[in-house]
Amino acid sequence: MLAFTLRRLLIIVPMALLVVSVTWGLIRMAPGSFYSEERTLPPAVEANIREKYGLDKPIYQQYFMMLANVVRGDFGTSLRYQDQTVNEIIFRHLPYSATIGLLAYLLALVIGLAAGVMAALRQNSAFDYGSMAGAMLGLSVPNFVLGPLLVIVFSLWLFWLPPARWGGISNLVLPVLTLAAIYTAYIARLTRAGMLEIMRSDYIRTARAKGLDEKTVLLKHAMRGGIVPVLSFTGPALASLLAGTVVVEKVFAIPGLGNIFIQSVLNRDEPLTLGIVAFLSILIMVFNLLVDISYGFLDPRIRYD
Amino acid sequence: MSTNGNGTILTVKDLRTYFNTEDGVVKAVDGISFDLKKGETLGIVGESGSGKSVTNLSVMRLIPEPPGKIVNGDIIFNGIDVRALSIDEVRKIRGKRIAMIFQDPMTSLNPFLKISTQLMEVTKLHLGHSKAEAREHAIKMLETVGIPDAESRVDGYPHEFSGGMRQRVMIAMALSCDPELLIADEPTTALDVTIQAQILELIKSLKSRMGTSVILITHDLGVVAGMTDKIIVMYAGKVFEQAPTGELFSTPANPYTKGLLRSVPDPAHEQGAPLYQIPGLPPDVARLPPGCPFAERCDRAEDICTREYPPFVQINEHHHSLCHFAEEVYAESQQERAVSTV
Repeated sequence: MLAFTLRRLLIIVPMALLVVSVTWGLIRMAPGSFYSEERTLPPAVEANIREKYGLDKPIYQQYFMMLANVVRGDFGTSLRYQDQTVNEIIFRHLPYSATIGLLAYLLALVIGLAAGVMAALRQNSAFDYGSMAGAMLGLSVPNFVLGPLLVIVFSLWLFWLPPARWGGISNLVLPVLTLAAIYTAYIARLTRAGMLEIMRSDYIRTARAKGLDEKTVLLKHAMRGGIVPVLSFTGPALASLLAGTVVVEKVFAIPGLGNIFIQSVLNRDEPLTLGIVAFLSILIMVFNLLVDISYGFLDPRIRYD
Repeated sequence: MSTNGNGTILTVKDLRTYFNTEDGVVKAVDGISFDLKKGETLGIVGESGSGKSVTNLSVMRLIPEPPGKIVNGDIIFNGIDVRALSIDEVRKIRGKRIAMIFQDPMTSLNPFLKISTQLMEVTKLHLGHSKAEAREHAIKMLETVGIPDAESRVDGYPHEFSGGMRQRVMIAMALSCDPELLIADEPTTALDVTIQAQILELIKSLKSRMGTSVILITHDLGVVAGMTDKIIVMYAGKVFEQAPTGELFSTPANPYTKGLLRSVPDPAHEQGAPLYQIPGLPPDVARLPPGCPFAERCDRAEDICTREYPPFVQINEHHHSLCHFAEEVYAESQQERAVSTV
């Protein structure tokens, strides 16, 4: 188990470097650069800039300089916000994304699991059809539609909640709901499918034949196996939720990581883009590792060697 | 016919369990009746899909509903009308007074829970055991069914046990509340032959020691031969023949039973000869023909067999056969027997 964890943690380093390398390559292949915006610079100025950022050196040298910096965890300063390091920017904007992401995750988990289990228990009932239709809707309606729709109803018609920006708890409601919708739907469907499969298995029949009541059968015998597929989904889901989601942050004008990420790409702010990509990829890999480890706690048949 | 006076533990009368499927109503069990006396062992034999498992799941009220439903019949267990009980009352019988062993020990134990947890929850529920008592009892039961080093193995998970050992665990679990009736649904089908013999021997010895009545479901006539007092042969949800074990083997009165008996390998006599098999497949129970459901595969079928549903003929007090020619088949069997014993 320890060896497994260490091995997986070690793999994260080359994987993150690979992701960063590919991203770097893509940025460099795209036409233009961060200083080639509106007006053309005098050649002397451009030469100065090129020298300052090492762009006059051969491309492979630039690559290895970038890689060396990334390995040290130093992404340098942002090109756009010259007095701020990339790390500062990431950790300043992370809390906004993480707050909304974590709340949406918890909401999706609680409602999704409950709805999925109930739907499975009352298969083909009105509740089952209703909640699964709702889940289908949640999956199909894109959040750039759902977000504005919620704003129209709750902010512009009913005047219950603020339509955007960061502030009190009331500001959190709409973005969290928007963000949670699709995850709730997904978790509900996964839970239902997982539970249905388990409830049909032989050992559930055994449990019933022992005289156990349905509650015990469900919670003690079926639940663990039933939520395995949910677990596989929610690990990576949590990573991407914490790291911010571009659309929701954009719709509700939240200064989160997703917003900054898009800005950095549009600004051709190479260090910031690379920093966020590296951070995201590490986050996703760590959460995948956590999921893999928790499989072992859930299912005794899984061994790590 | 008294239900509990003369030591009858289970009476099933005209049981009909149907399933609503997309193909129509599947009459999985269609008019089954039998009596089981205390301490007796009943064998239920039939091909896959003949309704043997559904019969016993009906007794336990374990038919998934929907799509299944017990549409008719009496199930009287020790004078209790099982069909009239509330589900909570049924749960007090399940696992305590009627216990079940299932076909596949690989999938019938919960892979996520320790053996101890699965054993202890039964006695905690039904016998009111404390944790310590339940654990002690679980270890004792594992020793009873012949699991070596039970003390340490009780905390293992099912995947750490072999198939035969898992079936022993299932038996330990089934017998831990000392049930009056044990239903063993193909307990040896998933096991290899040497283990099969061990498991059957175990059930037999535990049965005689604890005085449990047993219903043994199988498709293997070899299994029931040495185990049972009487046998029911099922086909397409119906009882085709019902007789004491010895009589059924020596003088079967139904062509289907004869076919089954002929398809049991006999290493002593038929060396080199191809093994007999009943031609064709069991019928689709959602679309049964008006006549005898076995007619199409029967080697002595006549016109009447496809036209008219056969009568349930009483050969003697304990021997019945569902066939237009039951008497004739019985007479043939008697002749064959006379010839072979001469």
